[in-house]
Amino acid sequence: MEANTFDWNTLGIVFALLGGMLAAFLAGIGSAVGVGQAGQAAAGAITENPSLFGKVLVLQLLPGTQGIYGLLIGFIVLTQVGVLGGDPNVSAVKGLLYLAACLPMAIVGLISAKWQTKASIASISLLAKKPDQFGKAMTLPVMVETYAVLALLISILSIFGIGGLPV
Amino acid sequence: MGEDYIYGVARVHARETRLLGAGDIQQLMACKTCDECLRVLTDKGWGAGDGNTSPEAMLAAEEEKTWAFLKELTQDLEPFQALLAPADYNNLKAAIKCAGTGVPPEHVFLPGGTIEPEVLLRCVQEQDFSPLPPAMAQAAEEAYRRFLNTQDGQLCDIILDRACLQAIQACGERTGGLVAEYAELVTAAADIKVAVRACRAGKNPEFIRAALVPCATLDTDALAAAACQGLEELYALLAATPYSQAAQRLKESSSAFEKWCDDQVMERIKEEKHSYESVGPLFAYVLARRSEISTVRIILSGKLNQLDDGMIRERLRDTYV
Repeated sequence: MEANTFDWNTLGIVFALLGGMLAAFLAGIGSAVGVGQAGQAAAGAITENPSLFGKVLVLQLLPGTQGIYGLLIGFIVLTQVGVLGGDPNVSAVKGLLYLAACLPMAIVGLISAKWQTKASIASISLLAKKPDQFGKAMTLPVMVETYAVLALLISILSIFGIGGLPV
Repeated sequence: MGEDYIYGVARVHARETRLLGAGDIQQLMACKTCDECLRVLTDKGWGAGDGNTSPEAMLAAEEEKTWAFLKELTQDLEPFQALLAPADYNNLKAAIKCAGTGVPPEHVFLPGGTIEPEVLLRCVQEQDFSPLPPAMAQAAEEAYRRFLNTQDGQLCDIILDRACLQAIQACGERTGGLVAEYAELVTAAADIKVAVRACRAGKNPEFIRAALVPCATLDTDALAAAACQGLEELYALLAATPYSQAAQRLKESSSAFEKWCDDQVMERIKEEKHSYESVGPLFAYVLARRSEISTVRIILSGKLNQLDDGMIRERLRDTYV
């Protein structure tokens, strides 16, 4: 009689998708909240000085990039594990590796969006007081972007590297 | 929630650039007459724009503009009760005295409170204080009863001043941050003023203790005891508290002490220029506007009474920008 054992490898694709979705969800949530809050500050600045619209729009959108990075990671994972075509067989170990590979973007995306939002709001207030200081006001929140980009890079490199691993 | 103030804070930071700076104050000081000052202020957008350029009308219009602006930013005026309560309690005092003496209430009410003076007057006349907030109703009932029994206006003032300071403190405790620090400073400054006046008037310890409001940075029992002993003992006690500089100013004059208090507030609120998502910058803006209006009032009054520039300058408050 054949033993009725659970095949853990069927969960491989579940783990991989969980990783991709976490990256898209967490980074997306951070960006949505960030763009919303920066938008409130932008509206305040525009109420007092409508000519600031173009400048504050850029600052408002800066915390939105994490959501795009999260989407990108989610998309790459879907492609790699065969959900969007190809072979959908992913071992449990590979699935967990994909999950781990997505975590940098998920976690750093959420946290960097939060702090970039604060920097953007502060820069919008700076711009409201000194409209001629746009360059400096934009540079400060862009600094936070560095860490979101680093997380994106490590997630992308990991995801592409996992495909060739013999596990 | 700090997030609720993001829009308002951005607007306030933009408006801060329109506040009078040291250069503007110098320009006003350079004016030879009050009318010249009023013209400069009108050019800067001061006044209601209705052609009424009397000093009082212009200053009242600026106070009204400040609150109208604030109401655009937030519907929740609860953190600003610390600034609104004095007008309400002042109007309550006036209502009680008018009702108690039968004097018609003409030109006795201050604008800018949260409760209509007519409501206050009706509450006192009908002796039904239920439309008022509970703490205010309790104080009003006691003050009116004591006033009817004794006709002692000072006793009535003490009860309501104490209730007002307690309302400010309660607001500070609920809101925290800058509002709490402001409430503490206002209470301590009021206690010091009461102690000094009571000491000079030779009041008894019971009177002084009843008038003082407990606060975190002053031991009011020790303050009352020192006030009973004499001014030197009072100054010595203050020297060992965070208000040691206040004691120095009190020795100079009461206006020097008032200026010291205002400068302490100004020094603290300047920190809010770098805050971006709390009620602090909004509260600081209202205080900055009040200080600005107060400074302009001093200049206009000085010019009107042809005071020496030196005398005016020594009364001027520090500016926010």
